[in-house]
Amino acid sequence: MIFSENFIEITYIIATALFILSLKWLSSPTTARRGVWAGEIGMALAIIGTLLYHGIVDYKLVFIGLVLGAIIGVPLGKVAMTAVPQRTALSHAFGALCVTLVGTSEFYLRAPNIPPFMMAVLSLEVILGSLTFTGSLMAAAKLQELRWPPQRPVTYKGQNFVNLTFLSLAIIVAVILVLHPEQTRLFPALIFIPLIFGVMLIIPIGGADMPTVISLLNSYAGLSAAAMGFVLNSKLLIIAGALDGSSGFILSVIMSKAMNRSFTNVLFGGFGQIQAAAGGEQETKPVKSATAEEAASILSAASRVAIVPGYGMAVAQAQHKVRELYDALTKRGIDVRFGIHPVAGRMPGHMNVLLAEADIPYDKLMEMDAINGDFPQTDVALVIGANDVTNPAARTVQSSPIYGMPILDVDKARTIMVIKRGMGAGFAGIENPLYYMDSTLMLFGDAKGFVGNIVRELSGGHG
Amino acid sequence: MKLDLLTSLYVFMLAAFIGFEVIRRVSPLLHTPLMSLTNALDAIAVVGAIILAGEHKSNLAAILGTIAIVAATSNIVGGFIITDRMLRMFKSSGPKKP
Repeated sequence: MIFSENFIEITYIIATALFILSLKWLSSPTTARRGVWAGEIGMALAIIGTLLYHGIVDYKLVFIGLVLGAIIGVPLGKVAMTAVPQRTALSHAFGALCVTLVGTSEFYLRAPNIPPFMMAVLSLEVILGSLTFTGSLMAAAKLQELRWPPQRPVTYKGQNFVNLTFLSLAIIVAVILVLHPEQTRLFPALIFIPLIFGVMLIIPIGGADMPTVISLLNSYAGLSAAAMGFVLNSKLLIIAGALDGSSGFILSVIMSKAMNRSFTNVLFGGFGQIQAAAGGEQETKPVKSATAEEAASILSAASRVAIVPGYGMAVAQAQHKVRELYDALTKRGIDVRFGIHPVAGRMPGHMNVLLAEADIPYDKLMEMDAINGDFPQTDVALVIGANDVTNPAARTVQSSPIYGMPILDVDKARTIMVIKRGMGAGFAGIENPLYYMDSTLMLFGDAKGFVGNIVRELSGGHG
Repeated sequence: MKLDLLTSLYVFMLAAFIGFEVIRRVSPLLHTPLMSLTNALDAIAVVGAIILAGEHKSNLAAILGTIAIVAATSNIVGGFIITDRMLRMFKSSGPKKP
């Protein structure tokens, strides 16, 4: 018995080390796959160690759970790359569900003999777990573009008051339970109030805020797992939860910095009000537009091209056509690079994954800070389905809702080409002065179709 | 019991610091795989669920534990598969060996 208990602890220690190495190796694309293997081995060791635990009497249920989970997990691992944001949100929901269910069982097994600190951590686990569960389901549904909930931000008067009331209620219930853990009747409230709160929290969030929100939910999922580690006195779980929590936290900080907004502003600000404020100004200014043929001839005369992709490229599934354009231009000796804004797309790193899927080498994918200094020497900046992240108003117009947000300085390029369906304003309804500049050409059309036409002109027209 | 909680707090604090330092170094290129990988690692919570379902101390605990195993295992399997799929796509343009 003693041997086997030590054995379990040893598997956990090795697993912990492998988890940390796994994340360390993820720092560079050259070692990243090794990181996945380290994670897999660590996970397998920890599960085997746990299965050897002498307290387990009912292996049947455990194996049913493991097999069913694997059956559900395989298709979730094989979704299309464009569906990765909603898959990620869904997996946050599953993680949170697991934590909430374990926390609930632990409460009913231990009540009423729960010391105050333990009950406080258990409450944190269940509150964070339940709100992350419904919150992530809502985020996944919005990203999947289901009929309900609506993708647009749903705001109403007194929204923040209602949300804060739900949160306070949950905390009050938690405090009562910490003082009186024998009040088991109150426990369901600790689950249901945060479940509703999770829905209310995500309903006012719009698509462009998703990168921040997914990161934040990731952080909550990690913290709730760490809290579960406290309850079960499992160091392995505390460490894994802390790693996941800090990862989500770092990503949320990066995302909100990239939008020049604070967490509270993302969660409680509601872009809805801004939308209404910016909608009033409607002018018809002249824009210059160009055909695919003209665009192709300008591109073929360039020596440096920067492509700036946005969510529109993902929606139009244009990444493979973009790859063809990249090939056609590179073949002519033109230097082509990609400028990736941190919040482009619907989750952190979304554009990089799509472009990598289309076989574009990752050393051509430049971070905002790395490429911004090069725009003045760039002949053509081609914007595909991106809007707010290229809006120069963020630098100059103090009254603009996005003032102060770091942008890609495409307006400094010699020629700017913007592929866009029409003149409709971007997600936040903010006018983009880039489109009215003398050096800007608007290419009206579907991203995939238009890029395809440019490629055809490039290969046919000049040979 | 008190000592356990204190040790746990130390462990949490140290792990959070390690997390910050290690994850700060992850290239923004790989932020999506980072999220799916940490998600898979986080599903180590399956360990708690296995004990809960396996010990079968009450029917409620066994049922909730089993559902929790399903949820966590799907994250482990799905998370590792998709992370590896994504990372396989990242190729350098240099003439280096794959």
